[in-house]
Amino acid sequence: MFDSLSAKFSSALTSLRSRGRIKAGDIDEIVAEIRTALIESDVALAVADSFTATIKELSLGSLEQINKSTNPANGIFEIVNSELVKILGGETRRIRMAKKAPTVIMLVGLQGAGKTSLAGKLALYLKNQGNTPLLVASDLQRPNAVNQLQQVGASVGIPVFAPEPGNGVGDPVKVAQAGRKFAEDKLHNFVIVDTAGRLGVDEELMSQASRIRDAVKPDEILFVVDAMLGQDAVRTASSFLEGVGFDGVVLTKLDGDARGGAALSIVSLTGRPIMFAATGEKPSDFDLFHPDRMASRILGLGDVATLAEQAKAAFDPDLSKKFEEKYAAGDDFTLIDFLSQLQAMKKMGSMTKMLGMLPGMNSGAMKKQLDNFDEGDLVKTEAIIQSMTPAERHDVKILNGMRRARIAKGSGRAVSEVNNLVDRFTTAQKMMRQMRKGGGLPAGMPAMPGMPALPKTNKALPPKKKSKSGNPAKRAAEQG
Amino acid sequence: MALFSKIIAKLRGGSVTASDWDDLRISLIEADLGATLSDELIAIAKNNKSESVEMAMRGALVGALTKSSREIAQATSRPTTILVVGVNGTGKTTSVAKLMSALTMRGSSVVVAAADTFRAAAIEQLQTWGERIGVPVVAGKFQGDPASVVFDAAKRASDDGVDYLIVDTAGRLHTKSNLMDELSKIRRVLEKAGGVDEVLLVVDATTGQNGIIQARHFTESVGVTGLILTKMDGSAKGGIALAIERESGLPIKFIGTGEGADDFAAFDPDLYISGLIGSE
Repeated sequence: MFDSLSAKFSSALTSLRSRGRIKAGDIDEIVAEIRTALIESDVALAVADSFTATIKELSLGSLEQINKSTNPANGIFEIVNSELVKILGGETRRIRMAKKAPTVIMLVGLQGAGKTSLAGKLALYLKNQGNTPLLVASDLQRPNAVNQLQQVGASVGIPVFAPEPGNGVGDPVKVAQAGRKFAEDKLHNFVIVDTAGRLGVDEELMSQASRIRDAVKPDEILFVVDAMLGQDAVRTASSFLEGVGFDGVVLTKLDGDARGGAALSIVSLTGRPIMFAATGEKPSDFDLFHPDRMASRILGLGDVATLAEQAKAAFDPDLSKKFEEKYAAGDDFTLIDFLSQLQAMKKMGSMTKMLGMLPGMNSGAMKKQLDNFDEGDLVKTEAIIQSMTPAERHDVKILNGMRRARIAKGSGRAVSEVNNLVDRFTTAQKMMRQMRKGGGLPAGMPAMPGMPALPKTNKALPPKKKSKSGNPAKRAAEQG
Repeated sequence: MALFSKIIAKLRGGSVTASDWDDLRISLIEADLGATLSDELIAIAKNNKSESVEMAMRGALVGALTKSSREIAQATSRPTTILVVGVNGTGKTTSVAKLMSALTMRGSSVVVAAADTFRAAAIEQLQTWGERIGVPVVAGKFQGDPASVVFDAAKRASDDGVDYLIVDTAGRLHTKSNLMDELSKIRRVLEKAGGVDEVLLVVDATTGQNGIIQARHFTESVGVTGLILTKMDGSAKGGIALAIERESGLPIKFIGTGEGADDFAAFDPDLYISGLIGSE
């Protein structure tokens, strides 16, 4: 996400760090670098100019103050960060609920922005929060769009209201209206209306969209935008704003290496916040957009808040509690614990994505290693442990050559891989023992910032990750 | 691009100032040519003192285009095979439909492989087009193995002795290495079946600077031979295609200009450049 922007910002600000006292000339230099980075990331010129002008003004204005502190670069960092949060929309904006259900959400956007896939993701998101959304197929234009929405709905278990076959047949306004009525009758508390993709210049389709709007009176109109959009974003967004109007922006395809600059321009020029972001092909790859977290990511500070949330969601509190009790009782850390935590970690989703949220992971060499990270690593480790007998899992010391050979055969891995795992586990075990004795992590081991919300025992995770990983990216991440 | 026309008009009028060139630069950047390429092209145009500013700018833009052929490479003893690839939502399936329509109109026989087994209803979308145009569509199961669909289609194409085999693939972000590997596999299957003559990357005219990276990755994985530039009927000028041509030498072969099967044309450099600089 915003990777290349992130890399450039980081390098510009890091160079500032090495300077000690900051002079007005340094600020000019940084500002120029940031401006170039923004333009190369598809940010509209006007937006890049006003953003950099603000940074320059604020930095120069408080330069004296900043230079008094022990780390002047941090002062500049703060300014850039807070402006970045502002340009990304400021506060996290949640869906406005209708006073009387159903809450109607209408999706609009260019063709290919990803509206239909997004409709499914949004519906699943709402369903997971205990709502009963209904999808309405008002894209009667694109061949098989109705069919696609039906399949999307079926895959996430959400009903789809599709009285018309589409492919040019049927009146989308009537469908939307009937969909709303249907939701009222069947007590769905959310209605998501998928509409046909249209170009900003197509007046006829624009007026159709505004007729749908007038017919269903949506509580939120969301403008769906491809993160890879270029400079035309501004023109498109303003014609949608004039033609239909919209309340928020949803960013799709953020899982690529898109620079996402167009989204910044849209927020900045229309004043409409980014509300959601889709970050992958799976229906669950979707979440609220948090401007402050995204700003941290762009500046290379990582997104520990999201990481912690995902960890919290994935970790079974019972499991954590059991582990905590075991730990308190003085039991040793075994491969059984290791395996259950490995499985919990797998539940948190893609390792690459998670590691990408750690500070500094999205820049330069680290990023490259992250891209090459082998998600299969976890699976292999799991297979090796599962090929052990309970006794072996309980005490790795009994693992002699024969046992190791058997495990290797059973898991389809090489003996050297088994050896490797055992070695790394033993190191981790030692660390755990040390932690129990001394309290806290041994020197050189990073604590995970932002994690205190989790049960104490989860602190044990980073050393374990290290212990089992032969992957350089992961090791590097853990060494900070 | 009205702004550009205004600038050109002003530049034609005589006195050209530094800030006029700045405005020109802004226009190029706003057409998604990218800052670096815009600077380069303006420097070239500035150096050309013998022609009017418009002609100089045109010359610089033409110079950035490749000299490679924009025709479809033809196979001699088997169906000419065209593989269509790209990121999600650029209009691959629609482009395949347009391509089959154009080839059928020319009197050629076509078989299409619906190898996008990932996106919901992509197969049906292509089948609908196939029925409309009258082209057989070889399809497999939803969520099935695309390589096997391609294998079946290649066999069908060669058994039927058709002129063209067009393969539609699932949209994928170029950063997903597993999905890019799947694409390489599709290519290998086609090569075993005889060969691949064209690999066309579909690029959306609204795409920003990311397009250059897309082209690079897809070329590494499947050996792209040309571009289809879609959605040229909107307000976007598709300057990214020129940036890609300049960077990679891949010729833009076709332009998509709407949702109908006939809204499709061979790439016309003059028309495209006129669009970029806003002169009719």
